Amino acid sequence: MSSAAVEDAPMLSPADIVAKQAPSERTGPNRSPLCRAAGLGLAGLARLLAGASVRWIASQPDTCQRVYFANHTSHLDAIVVWSSLPQSVRERTRPVAAKDYWSRGRLRRWLAEEVFDAILIDRTDIKVHQSPVDMMLREAGTTHSLIVFPEGGRSVTGEVGEFKSGLYYLAKKRPDIELIPVHIDNLNRVLPRGEFLPVPLLSCISFGPPLWLERGEAKLDFLARARRAVLALKE
Amino acid sequence: MNDNRTIALVAGVLALLTAATAVGQFLKRHPDRGLDPAAVRTFNSRLRGWWILCTVLAAAFWLGTTATVVLFGLVSFWALREFITLTPTRKGDHRALFWVFFLFTPLHYVLVGLNRYDVFSVFLPVYATLFVLARVAFAGDYKRFLERTAKVQAGLVVCVYCLSFAPALLQIPIEGTTVGPSGNFRLLFFLILLVQFADCMQYVWSRMLGQRLVAPAVSSNRTWEGLLGSATSTALLAAALWWAAPPFQLWQATLAGLVVAVMGFAGGMTMSAIKRDRGVKDYGTLVVGHGGVLDRIDSMCFAAPVFYHITLLVTGAKPG
Repeated sequence: MSSAAVEDAPMLSPADIVAKQAPSERTGPNRSPLCRAAGLGLAGLARLLAGASVRWIASQPDTCQRVYFANHTSHLDAIVVWSSLPQSVRERTRPVAAKDYWSRGRLRRWLAEEVFDAILIDRTDIKVHQSPVDMMLREAGTTHSLIVFPEGGRSVTGEVGEFKSGLYYLAKKRPDIELIPVHIDNLNRVLPRGEFLPVPLLSCISFGPPLWLERGEAKLDFLARARRAVLALKE
Repeated sequence: MNDNRTIALVAGVLALLTAATAVGQFLKRHPDRGLDPAAVRTFNSRLRGWWILCTVLAAAFWLGTTATVVLFGLVSFWALREFITLTPTRKGDHRALFWVFFLFTPLHYVLVGLNRYDVFSVFLPVYATLFVLARVAFAGDYKRFLERTAKVQAGLVVCVYCLSFAPALLQIPIEGTTVGPSGNFRLLFFLILLVQFADCMQYVWSRMLGQRLVAPAVSSNRTWEGLLGSATSTALLAAALWWAAPPFQLWQATLAGLVVAVMGFAGGMTMSAIKRDRGVKDYGTLVVGHGGVLDRIDSMCFAAPVFYHITLLVTGAKPG
């Protein structure tokens, strides 16, 4: 992403966002019963298949506006993290996913747009005036939380890669949002990169305590601190 | 009809569990009795696990043979899941594992349910082995090839193949006047009871008299005294309950109890060794206080095949 253009952008307050845009219509309780049922069913199936145990470490589930940021190892990551949240939180949480993958084919698009209510980001066509961070914040409005994967892609080795700067700009533009680190363990063995059939091993999703951008904290320092927060949840 | 035996057995188990629960609650309310509160907590959570176990078993038995086979199939599936989660695999094993979980394990239990001993006795040990070896080779990753395939193979044999001999007991034709319609279910329950009892006795005897550890590096609480004590007590319990297990004479039931206790001990040691190697204490946290599924069934996996074949020997029945 072109960072210079974003860095100069003024800080947005929640009130600005309300004034600028109407809340997205198909989110939350407005979705059709079929989509809600499919969401519930798939959340259960994903939890069962990935054998996910959920831990909240020095942290509690809450419907306040948050950004969950996690390490990325598998296509299942977004749906398993999403399904690990309690129902009331889940309804207000939107995964941020890659458009090139999730808009291919009708089923995938329906799942992404209607069931998971995902925000699809075009990784191949990022413009200065249409930055993904602005789009995420616009779609989140003042009520919704986001699930993001700051590595920007799935890691091949299972190691957590360096974070891209999007998380920093999210934190900078909306300092009121809590940033929750999430560590995903073992999902890369359930559905590794390049495979389409899952192996039902047991995985573990850990949510950590919230963090915020400190006043005057440099971009790289913040990104390194956020990455350490995810790694710290490993054990 | 000889269902009096079933009623007696059910009533006995219920009475025992109720009494133990009463004692457990009493000890919990009176912490001044000089007993270790941690031990009381362990006892109580174990009891809760047994209540759950007995309820689930009773429901499955009531629904019949198929339901019981399905129940054991699900337990196997979950245990295998814990086993493979704990053993490191490489990406080259992924597709082999997919078929192991979604084809070989369910198909094996279908064969058990259909009473096809001729097929299910070789399906996993021979054909699944050949498949896993070949599939991993086709995947093109030769690094530590034998080690990786052996892990999958060991998981399949212990968690799936061996455990399935327990529900297979329901298929053995037993003749005699004391069998009744629920004779085979009594036999299976007899096995489960002996295995659980042997586990407890091993713990109790090791705690009371334990001096010589069998293998200190593998398990810090399994002693020769525990093994001996558990074998003796389990043989005595089997003798006391011989009337509940249809094909057995008194001496045969006693011998079965002895063998079950020894095999159960061996199973516990084996799983301990695997866990030690992987640096974990328990396989998971499904039933509170009971570790993972694999922690609960390790002794069963080792005892079931032997008990099955003892039953075949005693009845002289042709399986399948």
